[in-house]
Amino acid sequence: MLGKLDWSAIPFDQPIPLVAGAMVLVAILGVLAWVVVKGHLPYLWHEWITSVDHKRIGVMYILLASVMLLRGGSDAIMMRIQQAVAYQSQGYLPPEHYNQIFSAHGTIMIFFVAMPFVIGLMNLVVPLQLGVRDVAFPTLNSVGFWLTATGALLVNISLVVGEFARTGWLAFPPLSELSYSPGVGVDYYAWSLQISGVGTLVAGINLVTTVLKLRTKGMNYLRMPMFCWTTLASNLLIVAAFPILTATLAMLLLDRYLGFHFFTNEAGGNVMMFMNLIWAWGHPEVYILVLPAFGIFSEVVSTFSGKALFGYRSMVLATMAICVISFMVWLHHFFTMGAGPDVNAIFGIASMIIAVPTGVKIYNWLFTMYGGRIRLATPMLWAVGFMVTFIIGGLTGVLVAVPPADFMLHNSMFLVAHFHNVIIGGVLFGAFAGFEYWFPKAFGFRLDERWGKAAFWFTFTGFYVTFMPLYIAGMLGMTRRMQHYDVAAWRPWMIIAAVGMAVLTIGVICQIMQLVVSIRNREALRDRTGDPWDGRSLEWATSSPPPVFNFAFNPDVRGEDAYWEMKAHARQQSFAHEEPEYQDIEMPRNSPTGFVCAFFATIMGFALIWHIWWMVILGGIGAFATFVVFAWRDHDEYVIPAEEVARIDRVNLEERRSLVSMAGAV
Amino acid sequence: MTMTATVGHARADPHHIGVVIEHPGPAPKRIVTAYGFWIFLLSDIVMFSCFFAAYAVLVGQTAGGPKGAEIFEQRNVAIETVCLLLSSFTCGMASIAADVRSRFWFYLGMSVTCVLGLIFLAIEFREFADLVARGYGPSRSAFLTAFFSLVGCHGLHVSAGVLWLLTMMAQVFAKGFRADVLRRMMCFALFWHALDIIWVGVFSVVYLLGGAP
Repeated sequence: MLGKLDWSAIPFDQPIPLVAGAMVLVAILGVLAWVVVKGHLPYLWHEWITSVDHKRIGVMYILLASVMLLRGGSDAIMMRIQQAVAYQSQGYLPPEHYNQIFSAHGTIMIFFVAMPFVIGLMNLVVPLQLGVRDVAFPTLNSVGFWLTATGALLVNISLVVGEFARTGWLAFPPLSELSYSPGVGVDYYAWSLQISGVGTLVAGINLVTTVLKLRTKGMNYLRMPMFCWTTLASNLLIVAAFPILTATLAMLLLDRYLGFHFFTNEAGGNVMMFMNLIWAWGHPEVYILVLPAFGIFSEVVSTFSGKALFGYRSMVLATMAICVISFMVWLHHFFTMGAGPDVNAIFGIASMIIAVPTGVKIYNWLFTMYGGRIRLATPMLWAVGFMVTFIIGGLTGVLVAVPPADFMLHNSMFLVAHFHNVIIGGVLFGAFAGFEYWFPKAFGFRLDERWGKAAFWFTFTGFYVTFMPLYIAGMLGMTRRMQHYDVAAWRPWMIIAAVGMAVLTIGVICQIMQLVVSIRNREALRDRTGDPWDGRSLEWATSSPPPVFNFAFNPDVRGEDAYWEMKAHARQQSFAHEEPEYQDIEMPRNSPTGFVCAFFATIMGFALIWHIWWMVILGGIGAFATFVVFAWRDHDEYVIPAEEVARIDRVNLEERRSLVSMAGAV
Repeated sequence: MTMTATVGHARADPHHIGVVIEHPGPAPKRIVTAYGFWIFLLSDIVMFSCFFAAYAVLVGQTAGGPKGAEIFEQRNVAIETVCLLLSSFTCGMASIAADVRSRFWFYLGMSVTCVLGLIFLAIEFREFADLVARGYGPSRSAFLTAFFSLVGCHGLHVSAGVLWLLTMMAQVFAKGFRADVLRRMMCFALFWHALDIIWVGVFSVVYLLGGAP
C-alpha cells in the first residue's frame, strides 16, 4: 500500500535531523497558523500564490532562495565545525550523516539558492527593463516557480522522512547505483532535481522568448540594458543545458528503478558516460549562474559611477562568447579520467580561453568606474568586493585548467576553495548586489544602509577567513569531503576556516537585521519617485512598486540608457504638463494552475521516491487534469479601465516632475 | 507629452553605422506562442540527443547478448515509418482545416492522425513485448538498455502526443476555433512534426546503422 515507506523511515535515533526537522515544521505551522488567524489567507491566495505577475513571482523566487540559503548555510556551519574538531577523532557527525550534509549542502546551494535567486531577479527586472507589461507566458511562469518550490520541499522532507543522498551533489555512479546506495537518498535527490528542472526549463523558455520577442518599441538589441543581454545568454544556456541534466538523471533513475545498464559496472554500462553527460550540463550551469550576476554588476557599476557602461558592445560580445565557449570546456572537470594528452590539452586551452572574455568584462567595469562620480552605496560595495574576490577565484581557476596542475589538485580542498571563491564571490555577491539595488523597486522603500554595509563587511571578511585557509589545506594535500583526518598540519587551517564561518554567520544575521530594521523604518525610507538611485534603465521610469501593468504607456526607446536620456530630455525641455490620453489595459488573470500542478507534482515525486505506484498514477492524472481545466477557461484576461490607469499614473508622474524640476533648479 | 511616453532626443544611430531598423515593439501573441514552443522543441531535441549519444556509446556493449542485426525486423520498422510520415501529412491537413474553420475536415484529419499514431504505438509495443519475452529486455545488456530508452522515449512522446491530440479535438468540440485553441493547435502540429523528424533520426541511427551486421 505505501511501498517502501514505514516507520523506520523516520530517524528516531538521530537527534540532529529530527530536531532540525521538527523546528522547520513548527516554523511552517506557526507561520501558517498566524496567516490563518490574522485572516491573511485570502490575500495570500489571491495576491501571491495564484499571481501570474512577473514581479510577484520574482519576489517569491527570491524568498524561496533566501529561506533555502539559511538551510544550506546551516549545513555549511555543521561541516566547518566537524572538520575543525574531527582531528584524530570522529567529531560529532557520524560518516553517513556527514555525507548527507555535504551532498545536501551542494544540491541546495546550487539548485535551490543560486538558481531561484538569479531567476527571481531576472523575472522581477527584465520585463521592466524591456519596457513591457509581463513575460511571454505568465501562467507558465507561475508553474515554473511552484515546481521549483516542489523540488525544495522534497529535499526538506528527506530531512525527516527517509534520508538524503550520500553521494555528493552530482551523485556519481557507481556509488549512486542501487547496489551501493540502496536507500531512498539518491531517489530524493534525483526526483527533486527532475521536478525543479522542469520548472527551470520553463523559466528559461519564458525568459528567452520574452527578451527576443517582447521588447518595447525602439528597444533594438543593441539598446538593451546589459542585464537583459546576460539574461538572454543565461537562459539560452538553460534551454540548451537543462535537458541534458534531465536525460542524465532519467538514465540514472532507469538504472535504479528498472535495472537498466547505463552506468553500472555490469553488462557493458559506462560510468564515464555519466561524467561526460553531467558535466556537459554542469559546466554551462556555472555560467547560467554567473552571467546574470555579471549583468547585475554592469547595471550597478554604471549607475553608481554616474556613467554609461564602458565598452557596451565589447560587453555584449564577451557575454555571447562566454555563452558559446561554456559548452566546450566540460572535460576539465575530469582531466584525471585519462582521455589522453591531446584531449586534455584542447579542453585545458579552451578553459583558459574562456577567461579572456571574463577579463574583458572586469576591465570594462574598471573603466566604467574610472573618471566616474562613484557613490559607495551598499550595491556598489558588493560590486567592488566582487571584482577583487572574483579575480582571485578566476586566477585559481586558470591554474586548475592546466592539466598537470589539475592532476595534483583534483578533488582537493584547493578545488573546494576555488569554486566557492567564484560562486560566493561571483554569484552570491551578485545576488546580494541585485537584492539591495532592486529592493526599492520591488517594495517601494530602500534598505537600511548601515546594516547593509555591516552585512557586506562581515560577509566579505568572513569569506576570506573561511576560504583562503582551504586553498592552503588543499596545497598541503587535504582532499575534499573528509569526515575526519589524522594530519596535524591541516588542523590549524580548519580551525581558522571555522572562525571565518562564524564571521560569515554574523554577516547573514546583519542581512536579516537589515530587512527587519528597514521594514520597521519603511516610511522614512520610502521611495516616492520610483528612481532612488538616479538610475539609467527603464525599470526606474515607473513607480516603486510598479503598478500591475508596469507602464501606463509602453515606452518608446531612442537609444542606450533609455531612462537616463529621458531625464536629460525632461530637464532641457522643462516638461510639458499635458495630460496624456490613457487607454484600457488588458492583463492576464491570476490562476491557481501553477500551485495545483505543483501540489500534484509533490505527491507524484514523493510516491515515486517511496515506490507507491497508485499514488504516482493519481498525481499524474491530477497534473494533467489541472492543465485541461486551465485550457478550458473562457476568460484569460481582464481589463483595467483607462480612468484607473490614469489615477495610478498621475500620482507617480507628479512626484517625478517635482524631482526633475528640483534637479533642474540645482 | 509625458516621460513614460517618449524617451530622450532622437539618437537613432549612435554608432554611425548608417543603417537603423527601429524595433517595432512586442510581437503578436500568435508569434510569441509559436516562438516559445519552438524553443521548447529545440530543448526537447537536446534531450533526445543525449539518448542518441548514449546509444552511440553503448551500441557495441552487447555483453554476450544479441546485436542489433539479430533482433531488428526491418519490415515492422518500415510500416512504423510509413504510419508516422502519413500521420504528419494528415496532421498538416487538420491544421489547414482548422485555419479555414472546417470542423468536418479537422475531425477527420485528427482522427486519421490518431489512428496512425496508435498503429505506430501498437507495433512498437509488440516489438518491445516480443523482445522482453525472448529474454532480450533492457536489463540484458547496455546495448539493449540504450535501445529501449531511445526508442521508448520517442514512443512516450508519441503517446503524450496522442493524449494531446484527443484533448485538442475535445477543445474544438467544446470551444470551437477560438484564438487560443488555434494557437494550441499550432503548437500541437509543431510537436507532431518534430516527433517525425526525431523518428527519422531513430530510424537511421538505430535501425539502419545499428542493424548493420
